[in-house]
Amino acid sequence: MTQFIDRRQNMGKKSTVNRQRFIRRYKNQIKRAVSDAIGKRSITDIDKGERISIPAKDTSEPQFHQGSGGKIERVLPGNDVFVSGDHISRPSQKEMAGGDGEASNAGSGEDDFVFQLSREEFLELYFEDLELPDLVKKELARIPTLRTVRAGVTTTGVPTNINVLRSMRQATGRRISLATPHKRQLKEQEAALLTCLAKEPKTKENNDAILALQEEILRLKKKIEKIPFIDTIDLRYNNRVRIPSPSTQAVMFCIMDVSGSMDEPKKDIAKRFFILLYLFLTKNYAKIDLVFIRHHTSAKEVSETDFFYSRETGGTVVSSALELLYQIIEQRYPADAWNIYVAQASDGDNWNADSPYCLDLLQEKIMPLLQYFAYIEIMPRHHQSLWEVYQLIHQKYPNFAMENIDTVVDIYPVFRELFKRKTA
Amino acid sequence: MKRKPLSTGAEWTFELIAAYDKELARLAKDFKLDTYPNQLEVITAEQMMDSYASVGMPIGYNHWSFGKHFVGVEQRYQRGQMGLAYELVINSNPCIAYLMEENTMAMQALVIAHACYGHNSFFKNNYLFKMWTSADAIIDYLVFAKNYVAECEERYGIDEVENVLDACHALMNYGVDRYKHPTPLSIQEEKIRQQNRAMYLQTQVNELWRTIPVGKTSPSEQEKNRYPSEPQENILYFIEKNAPLLEPWQREIVRIVRKIAQYFYPQGQTKVMNEGWACFWHYTLLHALYDEKLVTDEFMLEVLQNHTNVIMQPPYNSTQFNGINPYTLGYHMMQDIKRMSEYPTEEDKQWFPHLIKNHWLENLDYAMRNFKDESFIAQYLSPHLIRELKLFHLIDDDQEPELLVHAIHDERGYQTIREKLAMQYNLGHIDLDIQVHSVDLKGDRSLTLHYTQQNRVPLGSSTNDVLKHLHSLWKFPVILKTTDTNGQITAEYQYPPPPANQDQSEK
Repeated sequence: MTQFIDRRQNMGKKSTVNRQRFIRRYKNQIKRAVSDAIGKRSITDIDKGERISIPAKDTSEPQFHQGSGGKIERVLPGNDVFVSGDHISRPSQKEMAGGDGEASNAGSGEDDFVFQLSREEFLELYFEDLELPDLVKKELARIPTLRTVRAGVTTTGVPTNINVLRSMRQATGRRISLATPHKRQLKEQEAALLTCLAKEPKTKENNDAILALQEEILRLKKKIEKIPFIDTIDLRYNNRVRIPSPSTQAVMFCIMDVSGSMDEPKKDIAKRFFILLYLFLTKNYAKIDLVFIRHHTSAKEVSETDFFYSRETGGTVVSSALELLYQIIEQRYPADAWNIYVAQASDGDNWNADSPYCLDLLQEKIMPLLQYFAYIEIMPRHHQSLWEVYQLIHQKYPNFAMENIDTVVDIYPVFRELFKRKTA
Repeated sequence: MKRKPLSTGAEWTFELIAAYDKELARLAKDFKLDTYPNQLEVITAEQMMDSYASVGMPIGYNHWSFGKHFVGVEQRYQRGQMGLAYELVINSNPCIAYLMEENTMAMQALVIAHACYGHNSFFKNNYLFKMWTSADAIIDYLVFAKNYVAECEERYGIDEVENVLDACHALMNYGVDRYKHPTPLSIQEEKIRQQNRAMYLQTQVNELWRTIPVGKTSPSEQEKNRYPSEPQENILYFIEKNAPLLEPWQREIVRIVRKIAQYFYPQGQTKVMNEGWACFWHYTLLHALYDEKLVTDEFMLEVLQNHTNVIMQPPYNSTQFNGINPYTLGYHMMQDIKRMSEYPTEEDKQWFPHLIKNHWLENLDYAMRNFKDESFIAQYLSPHLIRELKLFHLIDDDQEPELLVHAIHDERGYQTIREKLAMQYNLGHIDLDIQVHSVDLKGDRSLTLHYTQQNRVPLGSSTNDVLKHLHSLWKFPVILKTTDTNGQITAEYQYPPPPANQDQSEK
């Protein structure tokens, strides 16, 4: 007898564990690919999966097999021209490979093993570098959260959600409405009984009427009694609906020093720094504008590509960037409508006479408008005047974070305050 | 008799599947097909990919290589580079067959006929499956294996277990007994045996490696006391029993891989027959349905289109050519046996006198029960079919400047082609002949394997990698010597590689 089973509802994903094992085993290769990918990506699409390719030789599962050479005999189908005894010149290696289809265009004959990393897997690997605390990782990787809010009462639900007060009120109402007609009748009958009892003399007729009335009263009383104290239709449940958590708009300013001293590795660290802030913002705001400001002696608003990939030389005047920042905020991002975040990366160079002006600018004009200002100085050795000035601001404003950075691992502390506030 | 078709249109429902199955079961019974009970499971494409990745085992232990296969399949499927097989069937009792939900009704019927009556009856009756696998116990054993491996991972760490499994997988093809008959699996016995074995094996191994001096023996006597006294073909078995430093749980894992390899071994040996048999029966059963007017013309056209795709054989010079299609060869041979039984030509009478007098059902049934690919081809490949497929025999000798067409589909070539094609399906011939030769008991405990060359074919480039895996199990030096048919050693591989100064002295 044949049995039929519908397995479609069963959890698929039987291979999930095996997939994780695979990723675990090739973590190094995959991480390298993730790193490369981040270099190529724009900040705004960091939050996606990635195609990873691993050299076939690394993932092969070796077994004993024949090498080429020796005497090989084969039976083949579809003979069209040969008769026995024919000699055929040996096809060259290239032609032989061609016969196997397009698999080996590259010539090597071994294709890389290519597969797609999911968004979660990608971020997981990416965060690993930055040494983020787990709670923060979770916060960043999560899909926009839903908030559960009360939404009145409903007639269906689970027992834990029963609203006792409303259910009892409902029951009372039902009891009243169902019992009222009977109660009215009961009153009438009782009144009739009283008059009957009062009547003299006691005739047989009268006695019969009394008995009938008594019976009727008993019947009505029973009926009223039978109305249930509480019934399933009375039950009311608290209703909760999930709505997306309130999200508003934010603008993120990326400010970077592009003077000659900022080389590629420093820019790479800066990029990761910006990405982290961006990811944080995407989780909390529905709409995010990115503004890129680069500066040397003068500041300019540029596109992302220009921001990361073009290089200029010259001295450094930080205040120029801060001035531009203030201008843009004034013109386009009024502080009451936008949440404003600023991330600044620099190697700490500044024209000495400029630093006090920066202090003024930040304290007087900019800081009151901002949600958060994060500054990293990618300079392992000595600090210059800018650092000292910024330290003054750091002491005054809790939403001003600064850190001296050597490697990517040091990035996270800059955001510690930021994440603490959100995750607490 | 005019009858209403079972269904029209492409949609399937469970009721329809049951109705088709009922009719097919009735017809199969008429054709005297003997089957296990069926269990039809409807699954999604993703679940089909899951099954693919675990090489058709419904339950498998966890290993990265399965993940790799899954990822590969998923990738190619999503890009439309490959379609999924319509069916997957498991040699178990009841026989489990998967139907994909995307298929049309006609395809579902085709799959039921192909898997539930074709493959199923083959699994139940072919002598190799009867002898080497036990359909009743396999699911239980796989569950045991999965749990055991998981337990080991918990206790000894994922990496440790992974190393052992990697090594075993590399040697999986050498984990089967080709000639010796294995005892059937039984899960209760297996559990008890496993516990006893763990203790016993350890004492055995220690005995073998005892260090108490036995006294001097002459070299000739040492030669006589070679261990093992005879070469061992089952390398994994030898490891399981003799590797000096393996922990009991590691031996058990070696055993699990070995048992699973053994379970799949008959499938590799009967690919042509098994698929041919299943194709023959889906063709025959569905035509019988059609003859009874139980299916529509559209239904039949769809079935035939798929059938034709499955048994397509591109010629040797086509870009799609990828060896001989086992479906084509098997299906045509089955049809050919039927043809020769019903309408034999003079030639057939000469070549196959034993087929002539019997009913075709008997002939087919006999062939299905008593052969494997190699012997089946050697016995039943007819000149008629050789002409039809235009088979020819090619010799590629690296000592000759050119390839030689040795035989074609003519009077002189039939016998040669039949022999050579049969040999092509002899697994003993395809899997290289590598055996455990000896263990150096008195010296460095090195393990020596011998590869006996046929036709001077050397070992491939991955040999050193495999030896590395073997070494991870044996844990003492491993040597692989290639010997030609005269017993002369022509090449030698060693892991760990011999010290550099030796290399220089050789130069």
